[in-house]
Amino acid sequence: MHASELITEILRVLAAGLLLISFAMLSGRRTQQLITLFAWQGALLFVSTCLVAYSSGLTEMYYSAALTLLLKVIALPWILHRLIKRLGAQSDSEQLVNVPMTMLAGLVLVIFAFGLAQPISSMATTITRHTLGIALAVILLAFLMMITRRKAVTQVIGFLAMENGLFLAATSATYGMPMVIELGIALDVLVGVFILGIFFFQIREQFDSLDLHNLESLKED
Amino acid sequence: MRAISFVRQFVEAALAIAIAPLFTGWIAQCRAWLQNRSAPPLLQPYRMLRKLFLKDVALATGASALFRATPYVLFGTMVLAAAIIPSIVTDLPLARVADSIALVGLFATARVFLSLAAMDIGTAFGTLGARREMMIGFLAEPALLMVLFNAFLLYGSTSLPSLVDGYRAHLSVIDPSVIFAALAFVMVALAENARIPIDNPSTHLELTMIHEAMLLEYSARHLALVEWASSLKLFNYACIGFALFLPWGIATHGADGAGALLIAIAALIGKLTIAGAALALIESLSAKLRIFRAPEYLAMAFLLAVLGLLVHLLVGA
Amino acid sequence: MANTLAVHDLRFMLFLVAAWMMLGFAGFLRPHSTRFVARLLFPTGSLLCLGIALLAGLFLASGQAAQVVVLPLGLPDLPFHIRLDVLSGFFLLLLGVAGTGISTFAAGYFRSGEGTAPALLGLGYHLFLASMAMVILADDAYLFMVAWETMALSSYFLVTSRHRIPEIRRAGFLYLIMAHVGAVCILLSFGVLQGGSWQFTFDAMRAAHFTPFWATTAFLLALLGFGAKAGLVPMHVWLPEAHPAAPSPVSAMMSGLMLKTAIYGMLRISFDLLSVRFWQWGALLLALGLFSALFGAIFAAVQTDMKRLLAYSSIENVGLIFTAIGLSILFETSNMHLFAALALTAALVHSLNHALFKSLLFLTTGSVLHATKQRSLGKLGGLIRRMPWVASLALIGTLSIAGLPPLNGFVSEWLLLQSFLFTPQLPHAFLNMLIPLGAAALALTFALAAYVMVKFYGVIFLGQPREASLVNAHDANWLERLGLIWLAVGCVTIGAFPQLALLAVAPVTGKLIGQTVRLSSTVWWIAPIAREQASYSGLILLAGILSVVAITFICVRLLAHGRIRRTDAWDCGYPWQTSRMQDTAEGFGQPIRHMFGTFFRMDRNLPSPSDTAPRYRVYIEDRLWRAIYLPIARGVQKLADWIGILQGGRLSIYLLYSFLTLLALLVFVL
Repeated sequence: MHASELITEILRVLAAGLLLISFAMLSGRRTQQLITLFAWQGALLFVSTCLVAYSSGLTEMYYSAALTLLLKVIALPWILHRLIKRLGAQSDSEQLVNVPMTMLAGLVLVIFAFGLAQPISSMATTITRHTLGIALAVILLAFLMMITRRKAVTQVIGFLAMENGLFLAATSATYGMPMVIELGIALDVLVGVFILGIFFFQIREQFDSLDLHNLESLKED
Repeated sequence: MRAISFVRQFVEAALAIAIAPLFTGWIAQCRAWLQNRSAPPLLQPYRMLRKLFLKDVALATGASALFRATPYVLFGTMVLAAAIIPSIVTDLPLARVADSIALVGLFATARVFLSLAAMDIGTAFGTLGARREMMIGFLAEPALLMVLFNAFLLYGSTSLPSLVDGYRAHLSVIDPSVIFAALAFVMVALAENARIPIDNPSTHLELTMIHEAMLLEYSARHLALVEWASSLKLFNYACIGFALFLPWGIATHGADGAGALLIAIAALIGKLTIAGAALALIESLSAKLRIFRAPEYLAMAFLLAVLGLLVHLLVGA
Repeated sequence: MANTLAVHDLRFMLFLVAAWMMLGFAGFLRPHSTRFVARLLFPTGSLLCLGIALLAGLFLASGQAAQVVVLPLGLPDLPFHIRLDVLSGFFLLLLGVAGTGISTFAAGYFRSGEGTAPALLGLGYHLFLASMAMVILADDAYLFMVAWETMALSSYFLVTSRHRIPEIRRAGFLYLIMAHVGAVCILLSFGVLQGGSWQFTFDAMRAAHFTPFWATTAFLLALLGFGAKAGLVPMHVWLPEAHPAAPSPVSAMMSGLMLKTAIYGMLRISFDLLSVRFWQWGALLLALGLFSALFGAIFAAVQTDMKRLLAYSSIENVGLIFTAIGLSILFETSNMHLFAALALTAALVHSLNHALFKSLLFLTTGSVLHATKQRSLGKLGGLIRRMPWVASLALIGTLSIAGLPPLNGFVSEWLLLQSFLFTPQLPHAFLNMLIPLGAAALALTFALAAYVMVKFYGVIFLGQPREASLVNAHDANWLERLGLIWLAVGCVTIGAFPQLALLAVAPVTGKLIGQTVRLSSTVWWIAPIAREQASYSGLILLAGILSVVAITFICVRLLAHGRIRRTDAWDCGYPWQTSRMQDTAEGFGQPIRHMFGTFFRMDRNLPSPSDTAPRYRVYIEDRLWRAIYLPIARGVQKLADWIGILQGGRLSIYLLYSFLTLLALLVFVL
């Protein structure tokens, strides 16, 4: 078998794995479990970026792969773990509304994403063009996850997962964004997490809980 | 030529009947080891069966003929299924009798008979178990069918021998959809065989039991046949899983001499050993779900299988 | 020999149909004698059914061209055109085979002193049969509509045969309204189909050409009309009311046979009369069919009345048939004729199967009803010990309808799933992504059907009797048994020899689609596309199970022993077990109510803990009833009120209306 064919096959498997993790996150109840899943998603992303870099011979991609490894597999999960430990929210779990229905909505989103990606991926020339649909689906699923959750930490994880999807979309459509933009996004994400972390403490101090449901009382009647 | 394939057919069915309780025994042993208990001997299920066959049947007064016939029907369907599933050879005369969809139907027949028998005496537990079993069944069956659809998309057949032969022809790297399908299959197999996240095979706790609740009225040889049929069912599921996802070693059409047959048997035993250990591991690591969570679990299996189909249609094409 | 006989097929058939009508009127010779009507006329009618089945079977087997007869009846310039082709041949076969069993059963079923006079029942019953046959044989819109309306009216009178009960009157009224709304739609559809030629023969319609718009209009009108008759959601509301209200043989005819005339009409219009089809039609039928199937199965699971349960199960089965038809249209419009033939085969075989097993089950509920006077599942139980014949025959029906191999329900289920496997090859991008979800819904429906039937059989026939009076239940009489056996044998035969059904269907798919499903193998198994792809053998499966069971039984007896000790059931150390501790029908529906709560409007009476005489009640209502029908009813009411203003009450005002009408007409003529 040809090496590039093999790589394409592996990339597809990895992309499918990413989608699988997205669904697992959609149905996961425990915060800690979600962070682990997020780290795994980063790891898969790292491997797939490395493979794309290898097959396309772009050195830049190796940098962005390394960035993924550092930020999404090591740094952010560590920060989040620390955060929930400090917040005392390790064993937090939330009541989900009707998991099967959410999953069904997720399925429909997947179909929609693929339908959307079809024209774009038929124009792209990258070896990862088939995974564009999956990348879009990962973004939409992360969005869905943010909608269905009420805890602050899980919202942040959803946000980060969405960024993963964006990254995958960029690599699959055009072999990644320019390095400057990527660095900028990485920094944004990092800063975003810090700021949100500070928000968590504020929220908890105000309401004695991290349930965003409490924020509803802030609106004017 | 034809005669030899009938001999193979007979060997395969006999092997399935013979080693199915061994497989159950092996799982029990692994579980005990993992849970730091002293393990029962490997041959414990056989002793159990022997003991049961020698006892007198205590039959409830109101029991009808349906109740007494059901153990035989269960055993019959399971043996037939074992004969149809290509566990060591694919060139079987009976293999064309039912493709994998018909096999699902055959399992459903067994399930319906068992549920009806459980309702026959009219005790609270029997009907409760029957209801729960049918609930698990109607959620698990679609998931299993979707897994089979997935296999059809990959290899263009729903007949298990053709799938195994076809796998040889393709032998590519794993298609992404296979991951989803395999996960869904494992989830369904656990649920269908009354294994831990759904049901606990080693408990008689009234509020949670499903499979055992249906067997409460059975005794002696009837119970022996039902238990044997259950272990055959587990064995059959394992063999379907091997045929779908790990078909290495099965003697395919045209390459099934005595040597290949021996390799196939060795491969089967090897795969069963690993699968049994893995099953015990899953069972030891996970907690039993509340019965209300069971639909959620099976819906997940179902959606995974459908997702596999979609991924195949969209990425694989 | 066969050919010389078959030339006169159609005339023989017309003769038999006329004989049915005469049987109906013959009842008035002795209008109050149950013995005369039930013991003489009904068995004769059953023989006539058998005759129709034989003639239709011979016609299908001989493979000859369509036969046409013009009857000099009807209006002066509009004679009745009658035509027997393979499509009508197949449905007549279905009518004949199932009708034989039902009529035989009915001969034993009707007792004296129940509701309407026996002669009237006999008249309605035989007119109903004759009109169904004429619907299938009609070759012009005029005769079709006459027969269709006769069918609706005769069945209406049969439904309301116990008209002193208000609910039955209400059910009959609803049925009549829906039947007429449907008939109007069909009439309009024919109006479109004549295409400006004002020729109402089907031949003229076949020759007409339509723009896509008019073709679609005709198709949609036909779908509304025939869908209302077949009980397709959302036109289904009358079905669970009317089918249970009728006497059981009539319920069996309505569910088993009358619904099939709607299927026939749908096939006739969409595959024969219309020369063009569009894939959107197929997608629409597929969606409606799948929804109906799932809807029917879910509602059947929560019913507590045995006949209502079966009625909802009919909605499910009709949904499956429509799903298959839709799939067939999808394939056909994509030029995948072999798969289209496969899907159509599934639809036709399922029609035949449903006619057999649903009739069988409705008839067994009739026997149960006679034996116990109970329709509510909550008051039955344990009848397998009192009514062994009915129970064992009902078991065959139950296993068939639950779609379990090796019986006939599984055959059509298998064919349908096989045809679904090829949907990813359809050339519609979004559609072939959505169809896997459809296949999933289909699989869920099949599995739910098994759940429903376990509930049906388990609650009625198994367990302890829930009422003391059930101890006096008696088994069916010999005529009833004979009818049940006929249908059960049909179920087993098609299950073991699906080839027979496929052979009967092959000419139909050959004519409608131009391709037949290849029976690529022998008497032993069926392999619709290719042997490597999928094959199934009901016969070997049945024989295999039976022989393994026999061998096991002998081995157990030889190697072990056969000692049995009768004891009490295990009571968990709580000796005061009563039959009321069994799971009820409501209890069996609980998981479904829990999971599919969004489908229902539920109303529950939960007793408080301190209640000394606690009662638990749950009412399940169809959301569609409030969403669609009540607004329409209110609208009609409002309109009627508005028109009511015209009713001034004074004679001179009415005269004024007439006068103004006359003036207007005169102006118009000028």
